[in-house]
Amino acid sequence: MSIAPDHDTRVRPAATREEDYLWTLNFGPQHPATHTTLRLVLKLEGERVVDAMPEMGYLHSGFEKIGEHLTFNQYVTVTDRMNYISPMANNVAWHHAVETLLGIDLTPRCKVIRTIVAELARISDHLLCNGAVGLDTGAFTFFLYGFYQREVIYDIFETLCGARFTNSYTRVGGVSHDFTPLVIEKIRTFLRTFPKTLDDMERLLTRNRIFVDRTKGVGVLTKEQAINGGASGPVARASGVTRDLRKDEPYLAYADYDFQICCAAAGDCYARYLVRMQEMRESLKILNQAIENIPAGEVNVGADQRVARPTKEQVYSTIEGTISHFELSMSNRSFEVPYEESYAAIEAPNGELGFYVVGDGDDTAYRARCRPPSVLHFSLFPQLIRGHTHSDVVAVLGSLNIIAAELDR
Amino acid sequence: MVGQLDALANWCRKNSLWPMPFATACCGIELMATGASKHDLARFGAEVFRFSPRQCDLMIVAGRVVMKMLPVLQRIWQQMHEPKWCISMGACASTGGVFDTYAVVQGIDRFIPVDMYVPGCPPRPEQLIQAIIDLQDKIQREGTITGREFETRERQLRKRALVEAVGPLSLDAARNPVIQRELRFPRS
Amino acid sequence: MTTDPSPTADILETLVARFPGLETSAYRGQTRVVVGEPASFEVLSFLAAAGFDLLVDVTCVDYLEYRGAKRRYGLVYLLASTATPRRLTVRVFVDDPEPAVRSVVGVWRSADWLEREVWDMFGIRFVGHPDLRRLMMPEQFTAHPLRKDYPLQGRGERHNFPVLTREDG
Repeated sequence: MSIAPDHDTRVRPAATREEDYLWTLNFGPQHPATHTTLRLVLKLEGERVVDAMPEMGYLHSGFEKIGEHLTFNQYVTVTDRMNYISPMANNVAWHHAVETLLGIDLTPRCKVIRTIVAELARISDHLLCNGAVGLDTGAFTFFLYGFYQREVIYDIFETLCGARFTNSYTRVGGVSHDFTPLVIEKIRTFLRTFPKTLDDMERLLTRNRIFVDRTKGVGVLTKEQAINGGASGPVARASGVTRDLRKDEPYLAYADYDFQICCAAAGDCYARYLVRMQEMRESLKILNQAIENIPAGEVNVGADQRVARPTKEQVYSTIEGTISHFELSMSNRSFEVPYEESYAAIEAPNGELGFYVVGDGDDTAYRARCRPPSVLHFSLFPQLIRGHTHSDVVAVLGSLNIIAAELDR
Repeated sequence: MVGQLDALANWCRKNSLWPMPFATACCGIELMATGASKHDLARFGAEVFRFSPRQCDLMIVAGRVVMKMLPVLQRIWQQMHEPKWCISMGACASTGGVFDTYAVVQGIDRFIPVDMYVPGCPPRPEQLIQAIIDLQDKIQREGTITGREFETRERQLRKRALVEAVGPLSLDAARNPVIQRELRFPRS
Repeated sequence: MTTDPSPTADILETLVARFPGLETSAYRGQTRVVVGEPASFEVLSFLAAAGFDLLVDVTCVDYLEYRGAKRRYGLVYLLASTATPRRLTVRVFVDDPEPAVRSVVGVWRSADWLEREVWDMFGIRFVGHPDLRRLMMPEQFTAHPLRKDYPLQGRGERHNFPVLTREDG
């Protein structure tokens, strides 16, 4: 098995004459600590990892090819299965990109609702990611705490749209189901109870000696490496890159809320863990502000724009509604899409999740490129692991939060 | 007398299934949820997830299996000891689901034997638990009738050579006798 | 809506002055620059030095069936800056039969896997890439699946596997 050539000579250990003492270990693609399907070929010298060759593609299912055959509204079901830890964020990202291409301005209510579901998705993603880091370093209880709270968020989503986590919630110009009082009540209950669990989780792990020893100083990513390697999201912020699309390019309703970007300087696994823990608290801040200030009014854009399906009342009482309903229901007629292309991204839990959409007249994308954060994070892996022991492999992998379905698409 | 021994062995087997979670995609998260505290698979005696195929007797294929992954799946299936069973969890593993694309295998039952199919995309944990209960019934009824676990080592080695001779992934149909035979697959 | 918060006008001016003949356009606040192939590497290195330190994405569009398209493959380089929130899209067009551009791995390390993915999916060769192998499809795969002339359901590769039965163990 050949090891990929290395471009970064600074971090590579001095070339060794003792090639005979090196041995190769295959890790994955089906391994409990990869959590998903990815493969590493590790070159070991005793316990020390000399080099690693990551390999992917074990879950490549042609998402981008399907995107050329499904309409903008149908493709949202496929984005659910992309980063399946936080599908709501993918839904929001996809329709954010489509609406950028079409130039649709959402209603204030829809913006707030999408912000809320995206932040809930962020919490559930960070819970699983940090839980998995805990699990891999031996803290099973921590994982169960996290998973229980994920079930609460699943419950909220189930009340909202009927599906536990493959929600397919957004639509072009709106969402599939408006918030009901029951949903708002469930979110309020969650916001009341979750801080306590979060405190408990922090007490379990943040200053746990074993956990700190296993993660501190392990897998250090410097700021230069992070920028040059294209890292984004918590991975980049843990290395001191102060880039958060929620602040830098405010989309949806983020400009209205008071929250902070969570950064760390160390760039190791522990810093990534801390950034994720802190981001959950910031998400709670956003949610608390958002849930009390949901604007009244329509959730979908008006019938005059002819993208969102009008309500029955509009269909029967207004001419615009009738026309819009007809246009959207007929298979050979649909909304008009410019012969143009655009890129739009959101700050997904994992990093910058963007879509490059090419329109060609009808409501099917000519090309639907997804810019997945996981690919770039996984390509950084060899730099992070060189020189550490092979028990650190799982800690580094877990802290990068690589989701194979998003990695391979 | 033998029949009763069989029943006893089956009863033991069905209540101590050790699943091998072949979790590739979204269904894997529901598989984790099934094992976690709320749904708790331990109530049915099947909570001992082992990631080593040598220790398992139930393979749960959760999620889509793609071209690059299928040789791995077959290898792991062969590494499991008899008696063994397979649950195909979710639409993708059973039929390819929404992914009717160039890369996704359209149902793992084309290439490995499957005992139980769980519909859903992804199935709820309750559905997976129901599948395990149904599988327990099946094990009780027909567990060791073929007696495959008592086969000689030579016979098993001969079978394994079949796949290894073909290689992990040969896309060249002309040089692959097994593929030439199987290209006439009725559903393709 | 994504808008360009910090205008890229100053950069564009310097860029056009340095490389005359560049086409620029904008759509929904996103600035795009179209670069002819031999100059693409110089333009991208220039932009990297001018503050676009983050290569967000490298991808490609196959314009085989696109209305009014003159050239077949359009590469997309999405650049961003971590210091000031601004973005720029660079387009490079190449054609059959031997589509190739110069690799930018030396400029941004993140281009490594992104270029491998474009090679895998579209068959565009990146000259100077240190390790241009397929990223996602198996090594034995021969086609480039995201090209428009490759069918969605493939050419039967997904059925080409030996079948294990109960008898085979």
